[in-house]
Amino acid sequence: MAFEDQRTTIYKVNPEHPESETLPTLRTEELLLNLGPQHPSTHGVLKVILELEGERLVKSTPVMGYLHRGVEKLAEDGTYHQFIPHTDRLDYVCAMYNNFAYCRAVEKLLDLKVPERGEYLRTIVAEVQRIIGHQFWLGAQALDIGAMTVFFYCFRDREILLDWFDELCGARLTTSWYRIGGVERDLTPGLIDKLKQFIDYFPPKILEYQVFLEKNRIWLGRTKGVAVISAEDAVNFGLSGPTLRGSGVDYDLRKYEPYSAYPKCEFSVPVGKNGDTYDRYWIRVMELYESVKIIRQCLEQMQDGPVMADVPSVTLPPKERVFTNLESMIQQFKLFSQGFQAPPGEIYCGTEAHKGELGFYIVSTGGGKPYRLKIRAPSFIHMGAFDHMSRGYMISDACTIFGSYDIVMGECDR
Amino acid sequence: MHQLATRIQESFSDGFVGATEWRGDVAVTVTRDKLHDVAKFLRYEPGMDFDYIVHVSSVDWPDDEERFEVVWEFYSIRKRHRIRLKTRVSESDCVVDSLTDLWKGADFMEREVYDMMGIRFRNHPDLRRILMPDDFTEGYPLRKDFPLRGKGWRDTFEFLDEIPR
Repeated sequence: MAFEDQRTTIYKVNPEHPESETLPTLRTEELLLNLGPQHPSTHGVLKVILELEGERLVKSTPVMGYLHRGVEKLAEDGTYHQFIPHTDRLDYVCAMYNNFAYCRAVEKLLDLKVPERGEYLRTIVAEVQRIIGHQFWLGAQALDIGAMTVFFYCFRDREILLDWFDELCGARLTTSWYRIGGVERDLTPGLIDKLKQFIDYFPPKILEYQVFLEKNRIWLGRTKGVAVISAEDAVNFGLSGPTLRGSGVDYDLRKYEPYSAYPKCEFSVPVGKNGDTYDRYWIRVMELYESVKIIRQCLEQMQDGPVMADVPSVTLPPKERVFTNLESMIQQFKLFSQGFQAPPGEIYCGTEAHKGELGFYIVSTGGGKPYRLKIRAPSFIHMGAFDHMSRGYMISDACTIFGSYDIVMGECDR
Repeated sequence: MHQLATRIQESFSDGFVGATEWRGDVAVTVTRDKLHDVAKFLRYEPGMDFDYIVHVSSVDWPDDEERFEVVWEFYSIRKRHRIRLKTRVSESDCVVDSLTDLWKGADFMEREVYDMMGIRFRNHPDLRRILMPDDFTEGYPLRKDFPLRGKGWRDTFEFLDEIPR
């Protein structure tokens, strides 16, 4: 019976038995349920209004904006350099990749080349960030479903990398390590040793996560065949990253529009088949292995050299020179107080962050500030498909579904 | 001119306004009345095949007669090329055709443009504010005449008194 019919029909209990006529009639009607905004598995502050038929979802309307901070408006008021810390606060669990995507966009605007060692360092740190992001996702998503153990194991290993970030740039989450034209500082030999230890230590641990989940019948039952989206629909909705590749579309900007040191590394892009939550999980786990591979190759191939482009009108001078040399101090002061002059024009630059395609569309009219900056946030666009993907599933699957996008509301609401 | 822009110009000689190519990005500007036709052409025409919508955005140029610029960015996963489609609307009549019938993903993106810049999309299934609250009455925050600190709405919020100790 169609939902609309059922909503209006009043029918008797068990009509085949005449004695049931004496029983009271049962009325069915739709039920509205607010999931969130304060719900532990909404990954931030997200409200979803669920229309229910029994326990099935008939329609779901995401209500967003609780974390809206007007980042795009703020960008118009500051220089290009000043916006880098704002990008940390977009997807606050994976700040490095946001910095990376933004710096790449500005470099495209300026037509700036980053030196080779700089590109390798960027790729290494970006892949470390991808590992952190996927670990966080894996733990949180399993926790949403009720599998608690894997959360602790993921966070144990994530902690090692966050400490590594701490040593690298002085912050664990809001890193701001990337700079326009390069990176803030080189890796010390100690950091390289620690990273080498980690990539030897890590692959067996991925297997550990897999065993916890893939041998867990409850977890399998709640992910296999849940939130299926066809390849055609996934493309049509503009999904990206593992959410799109789970449906079998081999779309990865690291391969399609190679950037940084990715073209020099050999890695494969895992692609799913069924487009369900399990496939999206599987892709992320496989990407953990691929990230380790990329980091290892980069560490092997990397040669000594500068980490920052030498274009004094745009890039920042090295810190040691700022403290010892007057001209460098003036250069640093001018760049931070007035910014550099960008040429008029407009660009779009997309980067394959671990959630999907994180893009920046920048309109410049010349001068030190962006005229308009638009952020293409994968979480926001994934939420657009939520209604389509959730129809017909149970209430308890709602958390699984937006969990499987790897949604972070800081990025979604901007 | 890029071959994609040339093909659009050949097919829509009256709706074509101009095309630019800068830093490898191809941008085509069309008139508002031809927008939906051009989008359909991009979506289904063999050789174009833009199956993937990247973003919908808008730019405010307060000094121009046609004040707002609406921007769509498309990508073709099969053909691996991208294009930016733009159109201009005036402030008094800022309505453009919605492209939600061609790309479902345009739904939320267009709602965001409406919310932030106040451009309405004809035939959009559910054109409501998305990031700002429904009772937000100050206008559209990303317009250039909107002050960075807001217009004072949030100063009127009532706060609970501090709990006495």
